[in-house]
Amino acid sequence: MNILFYMASIVAVIATLMVILEFNPVHALLYLIVSLLSLAVIFFLLGAPFAAALEVIIYAGAIMVLFVFVVMMLNLGPRSADEERSWHPARVWFGPFLLSAALLAELLFVLRGGGGAGFGEVSPEEVGIALFGPYLLATELASMLLLSGLIGAYHLGRGYGEARRHEPGPVEESTP
Amino acid sequence: MNEILLHIIIALVVLIGAMSVSASLIWLERRLLGVWQDRYGPNRVGPFGLFQVMADMIKIFFKEDWIPPFADKPVFVLAPAIIVAATLIPYAVIPFSPGIVVANLNIGLLFFLAMASLSVYGIVLGGWSSRSKYPLLGSLRATAQLLSYEVFMGLSLMGVVMMAGSFSLEAIVEAQRGLWFCIPQFAGFVIFFIAGLAETHRLPFDLPEAESELISGFHTEYSGLKFGMFFVGEYLGVTFTSLMIATLFFGGWQGPLLPPIVWLPGKTLVFICLFILIRAALPRPRYDQLMSFAWKILLPLSLLNLLATAGVLLILRK
Repeated sequence: MNILFYMASIVAVIATLMVILEFNPVHALLYLIVSLLSLAVIFFLLGAPFAAALEVIIYAGAIMVLFVFVVMMLNLGPRSADEERSWHPARVWFGPFLLSAALLAELLFVLRGGGGAGFGEVSPEEVGIALFGPYLLATELASMLLLSGLIGAYHLGRGYGEARRHEPGPVEESTP
Repeated sequence: MNEILLHIIIALVVLIGAMSVSASLIWLERRLLGVWQDRYGPNRVGPFGLFQVMADMIKIFFKEDWIPPFADKPVFVLAPAIIVAATLIPYAVIPFSPGIVVANLNIGLLFFLAMASLSVYGIVLGGWSSRSKYPLLGSLRATAQLLSYEVFMGLSLMGVVMMAGSFSLEAIVEAQRGLWFCIPQFAGFVIFFIAGLAETHRLPFDLPEAESELISGFHTEYSGLKFGMFFVGEYLGVTFTSLMIATLFFGGWQGPLLPPIVWLPGKTLVFICLFILIRAALPRPRYDQLMSFAWKILLPLSLLNLLATAGVLLILRK
């Protein structure tokens, strides 16, 4: 189990690094998907199969597909990779590097203090009971937030189409 | 040690079985289409034309495997592999008969849904990496179609999960001992069947590769073995969707008289034939019709089914 964990972690770290270093947007997204999949493996190994499945279904399978979809619609080719390269001279890296180094130091400090996952396996039923028991309010709030997002997106998409449809065309005007 | 050996043998048999059944579906589909369209179909090579598959395979092996110079090479090569892998892996969670299963996960159904959502990438990336307009159009269509049909494919199965009280496929099969779920969950079955058709992009829903408008959609630029992988991937998907229908709604390996190992393949074959019959019978809808059918009819229906099932179960439990 430990070997599997370290393998998945190494894949996750390398893939995440490649997300940042890759200039081609679709390749970067592919690395992000790999990183999410290896995270799912880690969740599974830690005894949270439900979280692992949701990680794949929702993040890797739905959200990232939409990302790829949008990048595909923009049709970014090799030219955009060159552009991207020209936007990233070495000095741009300096600030983010310092900030993330601070975060890394903090993380190492926390990890040294021990603690970590030693829980048993969490089954889907337990997750459901927890969500609709003690965390009911949070679940309902999150679902309301999602619903408002859905309605907002629907409204924005619809408004544009409706406005165009009501624009009187020259042929429609003349017919009685 | 014997236990491990047994597991390896089961996994190998499932792998080889899935691949060879899917390959021979090419012959079955052509013959059945022939029957329903009042012609013979391929009947020259070997008995009943059975060796046609081999002939096709040999032909496809020796064809030039051409990668267009303008394509994104690594992604172009990766795409067919993703599609075959993502459709082959979920075979692991199907219980073929009591005890014969590659991996009895307690999240088996979710595992299947996860792999189904990953198989979208094969088509999306195949179309994108070809860098020409017809594949791109095809894969844009495919992404929107698969994403929308995935939503209620999952929802339509939740009724089954509620009745069985588990995501494990073995528990779901066990729960159908008295009554197959196709009767109390008939709406779920119909919705899942339609979603399965759309997920495998079979004929009434094959807009991503509509020949009359997009040449052959997302795999226009593919040739040789890579095209063959897309092809086999599609048949693997058909076989797997039929297996899932048989397992989730028609009692899996359960049935009278005959041994379990005969029942599941038998039921599966019926649904494969149904898939092919639908291809022979139905015309292709327009793309906007396809999308509005998904969001305006099937999604509310599956939500209603979910609500009704939950209500009935609550009343029965009291």
